[in-house]
Amino acid sequence: MSKVPSDLKYTRTHEWLRTLPDGTVEVGITDHAQHALGDLVFVEVPEAGRKVTPGEPFAVVESVKAASDVYAPISGEVTEGNPALASAPETINTDPYGGGWLARVRPSGAQGALLTAAEYEKLTAEEGN
Amino acid sequence: MARRTPLFAVHQAAGARIVDFGGWDMPLQYGSLIAEHHAVRRAAGVFDVSHMCVVDLEGDQVRPFLLKLFANDVSKLTTPGKALYGCLLNERGGVIDDLIVYYLGERWFRAVVNAGTRDKDLAWFRRHAEPFGVTVRERDDLAMLAVQGPEARARVAGLLSSAAAARALALGAFCAAQIDEWFISRTGYTGEDGFEIMLPAGGAQSLWHSLGAAGVTPCGLGARDTLRLEAGMNLYGNDMDESTNPLESGLAWTVALSAGRAFIGREALEALRVRGIERKLVGLVLEERGVLRAHQRVLAGPAGQGEITSGTFSPTLERSIALARIPAAAGEQVQVDVRGKLLPARVVKPPFVRHGKSLVG
Repeated sequence: MSKVPSDLKYTRTHEWLRTLPDGTVEVGITDHAQHALGDLVFVEVPEAGRKVTPGEPFAVVESVKAASDVYAPISGEVTEGNPALASAPETINTDPYGGGWLARVRPSGAQGALLTAAEYEKLTAEEGN
Repeated sequence: MARRTPLFAVHQAAGARIVDFGGWDMPLQYGSLIAEHHAVRRAAGVFDVSHMCVVDLEGDQVRPFLLKLFANDVSKLTTPGKALYGCLLNERGGVIDDLIVYYLGERWFRAVVNAGTRDKDLAWFRRHAEPFGVTVRERDDLAMLAVQGPEARARVAGLLSSAAAARALALGAFCAAQIDEWFISRTGYTGEDGFEIMLPAGGAQSLWHSLGAAGVTPCGLGARDTLRLEAGMNLYGNDMDESTNPLESGLAWTVALSAGRAFIGREALEALRVRGIERKLVGLVLEERGVLRAHQRVLAGPAGQGEITSGTFSPTLERSIALARIPAAAGEQVQVDVRGKLLPARVVKPPFVRHGKSLVG
């Protein structure tokens, strides 16, 4: 059973969001997603300053078998991509909600709806995992 | 409805991720693909390869039959149990399949062909068998396990009686023997030492569990693919097919143009040789971070363009490697279009890894 921390928000495309004390939003992929992808071997994170809109591919995670896009869950400006993932992409497998964060985004403008932990859990259960 | 091997229930119970491969429900991985890969490079792993098709070819004229159908020369096979790798070709020299042929007796050869090509291979054998009086018998009563890695042979021997173990351990490379219930062959698809074992399907689960108890790691098709690619071995359907010939698929060494042997595809290959081979299958090592994947475009400067046929992250080398078909005139440096970015790659001669050691510096 994959972990779904109750204090985070989620998307239908398996990203998680954590609002930090300074108002920026940390984004990563869920435990469910990392498990489905398998061993990650390459991660491309967005550069600081990049403007993103919800649903826009803004990072790439590659497992041995396949490459997958990660979608920006909110609109805003990237303040930082996680520099540690270049040399240690497997951190996403071992610590998806901690050291495996992908990017931090300063939100701006209107934001779309996100899922609560309970809603995300229901979604992954319906997907059969 | 996909086909299932005698071990399907075991894979499912082990929590394997199941994928379709050539019309078969097969395990992709049980846990970490990379851990399965390293188990084979460092100790021993076992693969269910029962989806592959074992075909017994029997009759007085079976050797002349294979002299005509097989692009390698079965005249090389004179000791019972000896195996030979090669291709079936069509009249245009295109590759129908790659396979291993075992010599078991003057009236009996055994072929092991790919799962996805089973039906067309059987049809091809049967179409040509009649004039030679050869019977083509699909051995779907057999299961097949590949036990691979530096410790693989010893782990298998540990499951046998001392007399049988001695016989198994005495097998030379690319040699096989029927040892009690098991047909044991010192072959594989990983670049490591090991055995492939064909046995009655009813015994497959018991052997699988015995190997697990002996410390052999269950491995899925995911690790099988990264291992074979590191070993520089082609995958039919990716690296060659009926639209490509062995000479541009890194398989010229499997084509025996022995004087006077009229095998199917020979005339086409000789004509190609005269015209000149325009493309070659090479190894690529990516010099930057990223992952090479099948169908990515390869730019070889003035020589032209090519395409990756198989690409992956190499767990042993910890960087990306690929097989690519590129213009014959290409030099040692190329660029690959990786998701819209041109990344430099070095052209190398496969294999990339042999017996656990990097060969590409």
